[in-house]
Amino acid sequence: MSDIPSLPTPKKQSLRQWLSSDSPTSRRQAKFAAWYRAWLAFRANPMAMFGLVILGALLAIALFAPIISPHDPFAQDLAARLSPPGEGGYILGSDSLGRDILSRLIYGSRITLYIVALVALLAPIVGLFIGTAAGYLGGWVDVVLMRITDIFLAFPRLVLALAFVSALGAGIENAVLAIVLTAWPPYARIARAETLTIRGADYIHAIKLQGAGALRVITRHIWPLCISSLVIRVTLDMAGIILVAAGLGFLGLGAQPPSPEWGAMISAGRQFILDHWWVATMPGLAIFTVSLAFNLLGDGLRDVLDPKKSAK
Amino acid sequence: MSNLLEVENLTVKFPTRSGMFEAVRDISFSLGRERLGIVGESGSGKSITGRSILRLIRHPGILEAKRIALEGQDLLQLSEKQMRQVRGHRISMIMQDPKFSLNPVMRIGDQICEAYRLHAKASKTEAKRKTLAMLEAVLIRDPERVFRAYPHEMSGGMGQRIMIAMMLIPDPQILIADEPTSALDVTVQKEVLEIMDKLVSERGMGLIFISHDLNVVSAFCDRVLIMYSGRIVETCRADKLHEATHPYTKGLLASLPQLESPVDRLAVLERDEVWRAAKSVSGTITAESHK
Amino acid sequence: MSGGTGISLESVDVWFGEGEERVDAVIDATISVPLGGSFGLVGESGSGKSTILRAITGLAPTWSGRISVLGNNLGKTREREFYRSVQMVFQDPYASLHPRQTVDHVLSEALYLHGFKKPDERIIKTLDDVGLGQYFRFRYPHQLSGGQRQRVAIARALIIEPSILLLDEPTSALDVSVQAEILNLLTDLRAEHNLTYLMVSHDLAVVGHMCSDVAVMNLGRIVEVLDVASMRALKADHPYTRQLLEASVQRRREV
Repeated sequence: MSDIPSLPTPKKQSLRQWLSSDSPTSRRQAKFAAWYRAWLAFRANPMAMFGLVILGALLAIALFAPIISPHDPFAQDLAARLSPPGEGGYILGSDSLGRDILSRLIYGSRITLYIVALVALLAPIVGLFIGTAAGYLGGWVDVVLMRITDIFLAFPRLVLALAFVSALGAGIENAVLAIVLTAWPPYARIARAETLTIRGADYIHAIKLQGAGALRVITRHIWPLCISSLVIRVTLDMAGIILVAAGLGFLGLGAQPPSPEWGAMISAGRQFILDHWWVATMPGLAIFTVSLAFNLLGDGLRDVLDPKKSAK
Repeated sequence: MSNLLEVENLTVKFPTRSGMFEAVRDISFSLGRERLGIVGESGSGKSITGRSILRLIRHPGILEAKRIALEGQDLLQLSEKQMRQVRGHRISMIMQDPKFSLNPVMRIGDQICEAYRLHAKASKTEAKRKTLAMLEAVLIRDPERVFRAYPHEMSGGMGQRIMIAMMLIPDPQILIADEPTSALDVTVQKEVLEIMDKLVSERGMGLIFISHDLNVVSAFCDRVLIMYSGRIVETCRADKLHEATHPYTKGLLASLPQLESPVDRLAVLERDEVWRAAKSVSGTITAESHK
Repeated sequence: MSGGTGISLESVDVWFGEGEERVDAVIDATISVPLGGSFGLVGESGSGKSTILRAITGLAPTWSGRISVLGNNLGKTREREFYRSVQMVFQDPYASLHPRQTVDHVLSEALYLHGFKKPDERIIKTLDDVGLGQYFRFRYPHQLSGGQRQRVAIARALIIEPSILLLDEPTSALDVSVQAEILNLLTDLRAEHNLTYLMVSHDLAVVGHMCSDVAVMNLGRIVEVLDVASMRALKADHPYTRQLLEASVQRRREV
């Protein structure tokens, strides 16, 4: 932190004034003020806020699953199997083994978040490394990296994931790895496209003329500008990723029973879909809600983070 | 002499997080069959003034005026549909960069023909004849070739001539030119201005010439409005611009480096809060200002 | 310090693209800027004047001929030491500052790259030098006006104490009143820090104000080199130079 003699600022000012100041007096204040402005812009978008609230709720549910779930998600009660919603204390009904669907959904949110977090951490970072390197360095590096990207892009996502999982064995971690393996190429493409436009900008020339090497230019000056568009894209892709994870679960290649993964739950409920609709519908609704929330959030983030807009 | 255009008490506001921002504040002016220059620095409201005449202020901007009258007809009373008839047909506008005003995937000739046919309901051959004549009028040496070309094949000066041709083909009464030559080289600038000048005076049109360049405006226009932070601070005859009295105008003129009269340090404009607060000077033509 | 040669170019060609698509941007350019001098390159768009700056800084890598800076011949690559002595100010202050970096960040980065100690003191001093003051230190570019941004860009170039400053149309994107402020600032800084300027501009009046010698460029070639006195007296040999001088003076004369 900087401890330069700062300007005489009145000590007694509200947090809001401090945050919305046009002439911050420290690095910290400048950073927080920038975040605050982004937050104000984000808050003005009701749909995005709606998405954020849902995802916040999802996080809370996952965190406090043992406290809020009314039943043990794995406890079977064969006498009460396939109870319709509301009956016998099962708010959303029970499945074919008499397990409480609501409790399973609540515990399942942990798995969903786990998958989402892992994919969101891995895929864009791989894409960012490859895309910015290809875009900035150009030449044969670009050709080699982009052809590799093309090869991965040419595989149908689910099929590649299937092959990968069947080679390594079923399970959530392998499912996540499979998803990452198929998810990074679009991010690499975006990062490369962004880099190509940024590369020719005067501010990148300027930093080159300060004597900065390629590594420093990429990591310190290009990444911060690519990250926002990647964050937007990842958020918008989350719905798809949840669906692929659910799809793998549905095919029996993701989470294994009795794990309450939402896709696996739909798969298990499939055979009763005509007579006992709730068994498959409830997890379906959960997937739908979370996917929608991610999409709304992504749209809102795009409005806030898009550098083309915020550059004024 | 009746005025082509009369603008009374025009104000344009934009809501921002920290309250209303008034880009143009209560200005009045009129335009006869003359070349009226509007000069000012960036943010003075000169371009917004030009756009408000065509009612081209985008949401959430708010346009307020007592009257914007084109030959006595109040444009503020017209519906959006009627307004579209006015734009291009009776009042045309030329922007700074022709690259953004021309459709990049359409041949230049087709674009001009279309603009003409939209207003004149002429046959295709008639439109083409008229277009070629117009391209010749803006001193394009090989109109047939330009007619078939795409905008990206044209240089900046050529593009601006094409824009002039396109904007003048429906025979508007008023041409608004917003920094039409700022993106051009000095030698080309002169040619384009001469072409514009000739066509405008031949047709007896009114011209509103918006620019930041005091020299160009004083050489090219009849009358000048000087704008500062949304107001007209001074109005004078263009050839008398160098005798301007307002400190802002004087300051702007003094801050220009001059090739023939070197100085060690350029005069720096000291802005006075009073200029901001003062009421707008009226740019309306009165009997007195004609003598 | 003065007396030597700051920048010299001998028969420099610069081109873009290869083979069929080769475009010659600069053809056979020879200029010499004395140390502590101020030299102007004038021409219209596409005349190759900015390309010369790019060749010197290494941003345009395809060139031939001899370029030497402070007595050292330049090769295809530039050492970090080179950038210690040569810095550049770009034309458009809206495009030359990183949109996500504060003024402080921009200046600290320059200091970090050249291993300066006590960055805080130096940042405050440089901001004072360019007339901004530390009030602006933690602002983002979008919180600054065009003139303020250009001052930041000048501060960024100056903070590592170069001896040569390349100026690529430093005021053409600014209002005339702001232009006067920036030109005065550049004049003062040159006197204070004993800098050598190589300035590119399309505006003869600006170059005439700032420089003592001027090279006029047309279609990639230097058509004439003349000193500012003969330029003011409108004494030019080449017809193109005369045309340019007339175009820039005439507008005022007509009044």
